Amino acid sequence: MFIVIVGAGRVGSAVAKRALSAGHDVSVLDSDPLSHERLDKDQSTSWEDAGGRFTVAAALEIDGLIAAGIEAADVFMAATSGDNTNLVIAQLAQRRFNVPRVVVRVADPARAAWYGEQGLLTICPTQSAIDEAEQVVLAP
Amino acid sequence: MYVIIAGAGKVGWNLARELIARDQEVTLIESDHRRYRIVEEELEHAVQYGDATELWILERAGIQRADLVIAVTGDDEDNILICQVAKEKYNVERIVARVNNPRNFDHFKLLGVQPAVSATDLILRLIEHEVPEYGLVQLLALEEEHLEIIELEVGEGSPAAGRAVRDVMLPEGALIISVLRGGSGFVPKADTVMQAGDQVMLILDPGLEGEITPYFAAARVSAGS
Repeated sequence: MFIVIVGAGRVGSAVAKRALSAGHDVSVLDSDPLSHERLDKDQSTSWEDAGGRFTVAAALEIDGLIAAGIEAADVFMAATSGDNTNLVIAQLAQRRFNVPRVVVRVADPARAAWYGEQGLLTICPTQSAIDEAEQVVLAP
Repeated sequence: MYVIIAGAGKVGWNLARELIARDQEVTLIESDHRRYRIVEEELEHAVQYGDATELWILERAGIQRADLVIAVTGDDEDNILICQVAKEKYNVERIVARVNNPRNFDHFKLLGVQPAVSATDLILRLIEHEVPEYGLVQLLALEEEHLEIIELEVGEGSPAAGRAVRDVMLPEGALIISVLRGGSGFVPKADTVMQAGDQVMLILDPGLEGEITPYFAAARVSAGS
């Protein structure tokens, strides 16, 4: 599979590294060139030598998304630190580029739920933390 | 009419002021606390503090009963999402969004956020209006309705110059709706004679511009574009 991930933060870079070592083609886009370090961290070879792609561009720039390969993507993941950016680019991936599977990280549980109902695959770290905390806190 | 405005920058604040002066009910939402305090001194309870991209903030502002939602924050993503949620989740009948970066215009359109207004674009249009060398000026595009309004100058020696409106055989789908002469405009009748130097406004089906321009192009200048 060809996977495009926008946002090389903790989540984005970790998922990218796992996907690459699982044998997938992976392209990562981030506006910060220094975020590339997270892709190299704890790896024996550099991200590019391992076969990964990296593009520096603003998430909302169509040219950047195209350079990262969004047109050929089987999976698109929006994992920048901004919910609003993620929700907009995820919908662009879905409606403009017809990416078959679009995953979007949304920190706000209320909007994660609503956009989930609208057909986006939303991942909400906040909701996961709430659920987990509830289990631990209310454990008998 | 109940209006919610997201973003109390210069545009949002002045819009709120004007609408309140026209006896409309307005709630302005601002996420920057310092800015909120400044605006609150004047608008008092008509401004609320919070991030308008969050659903509970919109609900607290009473979005369920809003007739119009205007998103004029400095972030295009925020404006898109505020309007999208207003329209699709809360069924607000009318929305207006501000486009900060004209390159994002397509995103607004693709996600159904219309009308989207870009100040940069408006100023560009005004510049074109002031610079006759540009020739044809597109004043308004009604994309949903498949119509547009353009402005042209009647060139010296052009087929339209010295001719009555009824005698200029424009293609089907084009209509002259106003003539500007010597600084004032009027709606022409069939026997109104157009003069070189008049500015004429036409309403037409998109795509007819190329056929229309030769009728108004000056004789000495080659027709086209």
